[in-house]
Amino acid sequence: MTINGEEKTLAGNLPLSELLQQEGFHIERVAVERNGEIVPKEAYGSVFLSEADKLEVVSFVGGG
Amino acid sequence: MWAEVKIGKRDVACRREESGVEMGTESRPGGAAVGAVTEEQLRQALLERYTPRMYEKISRGAAAIAGLGGLGSHIAVMLARAGVGHLFLVDSDRVEITNLNRQAYDITHLGQPKTEALAGILRKINPYIKAEARNITVTEKNAQGLFGEYPILCEAFDRPEQKAMLVNAVLQGCPHTVVISGCGMAGYGSANRIVTQKKMGRLYVAGDGETELGPDTCLMASRVMVCAAHQANMAIRLLLGEEKP
Repeated sequence: MTINGEEKTLAGNLPLSELLQQEGFHIERVAVERNGEIVPKEAYGSVFLSEADKLEVVSFVGGG
Repeated sequence: MWAEVKIGKRDVACRREESGVEMGTESRPGGAAVGAVTEEQLRQALLERYTPRMYEKISRGAAAIAGLGGLGSHIAVMLARAGVGHLFLVDSDRVEITNLNRQAYDITHLGQPKTEALAGILRKINPYIKAEARNITVTEKNAQGLFGEYPILCEAFDRPEQKAMLVNAVLQGCPHTVVISGCGMAGYGSANRIVTQKKMGRLYVAGDGETELGPDTCLMASRVMVCAAHQANMAIRLLLGEEKP
């Protein structure tokens, strides 16, 4: 699969929430687009990823 | 003068006697009274710089700004100067002395709601701007109602969780709104690292993407304003039909 343009190999059948944690993202600070569609935060635990998926994860940092 | 300006019906009373901001018609040495310039004069001044097509698109444009701190206050000023016809300003804070190092406010604004102070600043740039202001805390629940009718939303919050909440809520709930977010502008690192990127179908992100406010990092007017300018420029590009970052 692809995360932010980089190829990754999925370690098994993972929900999005687990993948984000493995990749070091803070779930409360991200927005995720999967194959061009925004993923609602409440679906992070129930969306399971496949090798064909393309994810764009934007991780926000403080300051404004 | 106020009759020309629509300021939030319920939440913000931008009346002269409450604002403490001198909006007056009195003349000042070397300056002009705010009311001395007509709407037509300001229009002609912009038309000297723009093509008629640009003027049409920008003056008919609308943008919302969520968060009126270092990013949002400067974005609003830039869009007002550019002649964007309708701005919607949202924040629930008051101007504090610690804001003065990087935000568009000055000492006369201390203690005022930022919505009110910023509306006053914009009106001195263009008394005829349609600026609507709401002194309200943005939540997941009210975001859709607040911003859904705006084609462009500049996300200019401070905390990362708030930024993510707003971006998620608007991308999910407001199918016609493009979000331009500010992300990573703390410190005094090279301004050349601040860029605008199109991250998602309806999400642009301006910033260096990583430098956050922390124990060893401050927020500097210069770098915050570079990021604000990226956001404002992207808003103007979108109004003019340019979608590339």
